[in-house]
Amino acid sequence: MINSLLWTPLAFGLVGLFLPRRHTGWWATLGAAVTLGLAIALLAGFDSGAPGLQDTVDVSWIPGLGVDYSLGVDGLNVFLILLTALLWLGGTAFAAFREQQRPHLFFLMMLLGETATLGAFVAQDLLLFVLFFDLMLIPFYFLFGAWGTDREDGPTAAAATLKMLVYTLVGSLLMLVGAIATAIISSQDGGHHLTFSIAELAKHPIAEGSQRWIFWFFAAAFLVKMPAFLLHGWMPDAYRAAPLPVLAVFSGVLAKVGAYGFLRVVLPLFPAATVQFQEVVLVIALASILYGSAMAFTQTDVRLVGGYSSVAQLGFITAGIFALRADGGDGAVLQMVNHGLVVAPLFIIVALLAERSGTEDLRKMGGMAMRAPVLAALFLIVTLATLAMPGSANFIGEFYILNGLFQAKIVYAFVAISGVAMAAFYALRLYQRTMHNRKAGGVASREIGLRDGLVLAPLVLCIVALALYPQLILHRTDPSVQRSVAATTGSPPPQAQLASAGLKPTYDVANRPVGGEGR
Amino acid sequence: MTFHAPAMDYAALSPLIALTAAICVVLIGPLLGRRRGSGRMAAQTSTALTLIGLAVTAGLLIWRWDDPAELVAGALRLDDLAISISLIAIAAAAFAVLLSIREPAAEQAGGGEYHALLLGSVLGMTLLAQAQNLVTFFVAIETLSIPLYILCATSLRREQSLESGLKYLIVGSLGSATLLYGMAFLYGGSGSTDFAGIATGVGHGGLTGDPLILVGIGMVAVGLAFKTSIAPFHQWTPDVYEGAPTPVTSFMAVATKAAAFAVFVRFFYVALGPETGDWQPALAALAAITIAIGNVGALGQDSLKRLLGYSGVAQAGYILGGLVVASEAGVDALVFYLAGYLFMNLAAFAVVVARERETGFGDDIRAVRGLGRERPLLAWPLTISMLALAGMPATVGFIGKLYLIEALVEGDYTWLAVFIAVGSMISLAYYLRVVAAMWMRPGTEAATPAIAGASPEADPIDPEAGRRWYLVAPALLAAAGAIFFGIVPQPLVDFAQHAGAALF
Repeated sequence: MINSLLWTPLAFGLVGLFLPRRHTGWWATLGAAVTLGLAIALLAGFDSGAPGLQDTVDVSWIPGLGVDYSLGVDGLNVFLILLTALLWLGGTAFAAFREQQRPHLFFLMMLLGETATLGAFVAQDLLLFVLFFDLMLIPFYFLFGAWGTDREDGPTAAAATLKMLVYTLVGSLLMLVGAIATAIISSQDGGHHLTFSIAELAKHPIAEGSQRWIFWFFAAAFLVKMPAFLLHGWMPDAYRAAPLPVLAVFSGVLAKVGAYGFLRVVLPLFPAATVQFQEVVLVIALASILYGSAMAFTQTDVRLVGGYSSVAQLGFITAGIFALRADGGDGAVLQMVNHGLVVAPLFIIVALLAERSGTEDLRKMGGMAMRAPVLAALFLIVTLATLAMPGSANFIGEFYILNGLFQAKIVYAFVAISGVAMAAFYALRLYQRTMHNRKAGGVASREIGLRDGLVLAPLVLCIVALALYPQLILHRTDPSVQRSVAATTGSPPPQAQLASAGLKPTYDVANRPVGGEGR
Repeated sequence: MTFHAPAMDYAALSPLIALTAAICVVLIGPLLGRRRGSGRMAAQTSTALTLIGLAVTAGLLIWRWDDPAELVAGALRLDDLAISISLIAIAAAAFAVLLSIREPAAEQAGGGEYHALLLGSVLGMTLLAQAQNLVTFFVAIETLSIPLYILCATSLRREQSLESGLKYLIVGSLGSATLLYGMAFLYGGSGSTDFAGIATGVGHGGLTGDPLILVGIGMVAVGLAFKTSIAPFHQWTPDVYEGAPTPVTSFMAVATKAAAFAVFVRFFYVALGPETGDWQPALAALAAITIAIGNVGALGQDSLKRLLGYSGVAQAGYILGGLVVASEAGVDALVFYLAGYLFMNLAAFAVVVARERETGFGDDIRAVRGLGRERPLLAWPLTISMLALAGMPATVGFIGKLYLIEALVEGDYTWLAVFIAVGSMISLAYYLRVVAAMWMRPGTEAATPAIAGASPEADPIDPEAGRRWYLVAPALLAAAGAIFFGIVPQPLVDFAQHAGAALF
């Protein structure tokens, strides 16, 4: 099951190479649809009560080096898998509706990207995770560089994407060293054979001194990917260069891999270092929220409004994770899905707006809502979800995050709240400037086409559905999040003596009711 | 009084005998043919004979797999390390022979001579991989080098080629002289030319105790650093790589490196095995310098061969990391990386050869612009090769780096592992420049007249070179190998572990 989910996109992509040009897009869309079907089946078969991983695959891959091909699903990744499959279907379909140059290669890269991203989510072997994490970049390098737009006032697409690749690989190559070091130190200390299994490694965290430097190798990789403040240098150029359907999945899913990495790898494997550096990461997260929000409401490029708002949103998610409490983590997972669900439609809408106005400059847009009520309505829902309107799932997500943060570090929570207010400002500004105001010259107000509507409407429906029933996610993720967070709070016996240093346990995780009931 | 001839293990010597016989046959064969057929016919005959000779030698080596033997009174040792390295060298030679088909240099030098020299160099490498005595060590390294000096200069009508041959001769001789001088010191200090004998001779005072031995080891290391192009003894590499005929460059880049590293390993592990702590920091420093210099040097290069030359320097630094840790895992990683390097590098060189003959841009990076649209069958191998050399996942380069880093962390050289990671990061900037030129730039008009260093009369343009099977097939094969062993690395891991086990 999980194997076919992982390799279906790539298989479709490779077969697509041998089809005639005009069919490749449809074939790729079919591949993404089949993958989504498999992802839904995976969720349907998911047992929220079962402890640990489900649907596991575990075979030895390189016995000589101790690397296993080990996959599995639990509450942390099951919805991210679904999100990936959903957004990829949207992005691929949207691209298939339009003429692409060199379609064979475009759709192969698109589907290779899906396989790599799904791989990063389902990998349960540390090295396999690193492998997929790095592999994700290659297709996007090609997609951004070869199908992107060269800016007259900025670097070429090839230069922008090279910058992105170098930035992100700074982190992930160090992460490779960190991953190997973790496994070797663990096997030397514990006297057992070399293994990269995340679950095995989490049972016996390595000595605190080693945790400290390895923690930063991993944190660097994840924070660049998000991107977090100070490590976001690649983002503006890459976002401006990227083709929009690709950017929709990139921004919607890839940034989440970083946040997911914290929950999957960093918290369980380096609990002592996590506790030690909690405040440093929280400061970075808050800086991302403030900086991202401030930038988002000063930008005039529509893409960058979306890009910087992602920086801010990912700041929230990081803050939720590093509250090191179960509700902060629950909120973070929910918010990952929420953010993916709003940012991908946002970029697809940006593509539609750009087609109608011939520009991506906010100052030259306006009045688009005039003859396009359906598009306006869809955009409005996305906007309201982005600013975390009460009643939206984003509101629940931010509420959980802030709740966790309040109990952990109240000062940071107060600062983070200002980010919520700023989100309202930049989201509404984007909506007003494009849809309302006076109709700008050169803008053609056209209703959304049926085919584009078919891409956009299901995504918006998912936003609405999740707003009505966020428990769908919270209920299933909570046990896994608790396990991740538990390592840092020192409740399970093996880590007790390790994590007790520098910890102020005030909240008994073990006795907390499962799920978000009672709130 | 009877004379007892020493027992000769002809079975174990058979690969060397086969290679020597092949040299003679290749030299003589075309001479017989030339009376009847044309010159091209002679070239085809010698190509075929060379490939047969290499195949027979490879077969004999595989037959001796897992059956170590001491030869010639202990001067040579045919173990799995020697066999694996020889196989890498032979594979590189076979690729070079294919790439040399219709190569102007090969035809100008006379088909038979060109191929015989190539085989002579392979003979030197096979010998060098087995050497465990200072005398055979030196003889082998000269057998390897002298044919290469000539091969570099075979493109008679290109000034660069002659310059390259001369430069290589001078620098190479300097390296050999340093090596020989160091050997003399070592013999003086330890009283033995045998690696094992040196180990016992040194054993009394340690390396630092005896200045004679210390100087000797230092000079041997410098001599080997010349051959493996380890900084700061790498300066000849980009120039010679650029000037030599490209098929020769491809052979040198892979095979020389493999053979020199084999003896590097054997010398340091067997002769200096007891004193690992004394030489480890020095070699680690050399590795770090090499990684830094190679990667930074490659950044601004417009010539693909110079770029690959500097990248080869950087890769030598990574490989040296496997030597530094002085463990079985280190040798495994080193052999694995060398085998992977064969695939990664040859794919790139095959494409460079094809474009060189096709476009008239020589090996300038402009020659590959727009290749993705124009010649996908060449663009993919070069792309895969660049990504693999950069260490991207799903290629053998990633597994190679993984192997090296694992060995380094295990051997308490984590800082060097971090250095490799940082070096790979820098390397992306130039490897991806090539990828970007292929996929993200429009093609330059293919029929542009020759400029930039290529002289038209010396390099006739063959507009169909990008479709010739003897260029496309090696490129595809090498690229497929780079991907295959990135996804199914276990066979190559087994291969490397056999080699590593030979010394421990």
